[in-house]
Amino acid sequence: MAAMIEVRNVSKAFGGVQANRSISLDVAKGKITGLIGPNGSGKTTLFNSIVGYHPIDEGSIKFEGKEISKLRVPQIARLGLLRTFQQTRIYGKMNCIKNMLISVPHRSMGLIEIFGDHSAQELEKAEHLLEFVGLYAKRKLLAGDLSFGQQKLLEFAMALMNQPRILLLDEPTAGINPTLINGLIDRLKRANTEFGITLFVIEHNMRVIMNLAENIYCLAHSELLAEGSPEKIQKDKRVIDAYLGAH
Amino acid sequence: MSISRRTLGLYGGIAIASLVAPFVFDNYISQLTVLWVMVLFAITWDAMGGQMGYNSLGNIFFFGAGMYISAVVQIGLHYDVAEYTAAYGAIKVDFTQAQYHVGLVLGTIVAALGSVALAVALSWVVFGLRGPYFAIGTLGIALAAGELVGAWEYVGAGSGISLPVFPGEPEVGERFFYFAFFIAAVLSFFFFRWLYGTRFGLAINAIRDDEEKAEAMGIRTMRYKTITWSLSAFFLGICGSLFGNYNIFIEPLEVAFATVVFGIPMVVMALLGGKGTLWGPVIGAVLYHVIKEATWKYFLGWQWVALGLLIVVTVVFFQQGIMGWAQDKWPELFGIEVEEDSAEGDREAA
Repeated sequence: MAAMIEVRNVSKAFGGVQANRSISLDVAKGKITGLIGPNGSGKTTLFNSIVGYHPIDEGSIKFEGKEISKLRVPQIARLGLLRTFQQTRIYGKMNCIKNMLISVPHRSMGLIEIFGDHSAQELEKAEHLLEFVGLYAKRKLLAGDLSFGQQKLLEFAMALMNQPRILLLDEPTAGINPTLINGLIDRLKRANTEFGITLFVIEHNMRVIMNLAENIYCLAHSELLAEGSPEKIQKDKRVIDAYLGAH
Repeated sequence: MSISRRTLGLYGGIAIASLVAPFVFDNYISQLTVLWVMVLFAITWDAMGGQMGYNSLGNIFFFGAGMYISAVVQIGLHYDVAEYTAAYGAIKVDFTQAQYHVGLVLGTIVAALGSVALAVALSWVVFGLRGPYFAIGTLGIALAAGELVGAWEYVGAGSGISLPVFPGEPEVGERFFYFAFFIAAVLSFFFFRWLYGTRFGLAINAIRDDEEKAEAMGIRTMRYKTITWSLSAFFLGICGSLFGNYNIFIEPLEVAFATVVFGIPMVVMALLGGKGTLWGPVIGAVLYHVIKEATWKYFLGWQWVALGLLIVVTVVFFQQGIMGWAQDKWPELFGIEVEEDSAEGDREAA
């Protein structure tokens, strides 16, 4: 099992608050890996460290064998390591199609190409992906006018448009209507199997993450608490205590 | 990009009106000339503030820089610039037609390129700033430039530079500059119209809507920001060069780096018409200019109060501008609507 992301002994503090303490974990290539933990346990901080949002204090982060802990956000994104945000972020004053068209991969975009128009294939792909997340009818609406759940789906479609090698999803189902969650789980799984995108998912909804992930890491109090299959994690006393507040 | 009959009619109408206007409204030719300057100001400001979300209060810097660069080139072709400015206008230039036009064209080209070079150099400083800090930072550049040039003897310091007078009849000269500004404004309009239809346009819109997201999606934001500012500077440099020659006399605070007369109205015009739209800045510029000229004529003494009021009302109550308001009211006209057909069906039909 090859690791796509290798995190080794990563620590990060904000002033006096230690958000991550010597965390090591692997995200397996081609699989769906979960990251859980109580609020404030350092999940989003770890995501931010991986995507280069802030420098880390100690440790190493490798993406496909390459050290990325010194790179910045856009450079890491162009390598094919992409994240979505907990507070959904889309381009609000542009319509959905334009949101999609500007989300094409920027890896190889040269100076000449940025002054070109989008290709017919790109438009077709954008429409196909909007259909995939069920937003095709709303493609000409301004993204900012969509509901929160719809914006979340649009952000997911934009991420797919970028053809990442791995996608870090920060609470993909938060704020989504429970009746739509099953559809979303299905789409996440299809993104993994059909598009071959490795997923690393932060999720609070236990039903979702147990359904989705093959391997789960649990953080608590800024440290790695447990690792294992969903069955193993579910039965782990330390995890249960962390969530129920036995500490 | 296909152009509809209506659009073609609109462009044709504006073109004809613009070509005829200086001959029919002979008495108003100077106001009409400045109108195109204002249109160019609003269009170039909107590229930054409207389309990319970087509210520059210092774009006037490139207008002034272009003006001075061009003046130095034009004078420098035939005289020693330091001696010329030290004489405070005692040296009277008498250029032939050929000398004048060669100087003007060469000066304008160098002004445009020089402004771009300044924009690229400054981008390393200003694009570290965001939001209101960017606005204040750029304002600082424009104000500092005015003061610095005002203390620089080589370019005449506060006394400015007298430029060569148009060789020929005064009426011919007036029309010459009217059409020069008209062409510059039209070129910048069509240039930015094209630009907003490319990937580049989408990228700067993305930076406006959420720059952090754009970075997280791998967009090379710094490159787009630098290029946009440079393009703005390019057209402003041309405009500054032409304006210096149109005005015959240039000096740092009231003409070149005129923040109150030109720098702030750039923002107001774009806001009034609707920032981030193609036509908004044009409409805003025309409206602002008409209002400004009317207040000068009918409320003399109160003109700055009236204009200040207009600015306050626009900024406080009417930020979306005319085009933004129209888009809110009639979204279908702007293509913002739900289409219930499926992608598959759509493609089969097409």
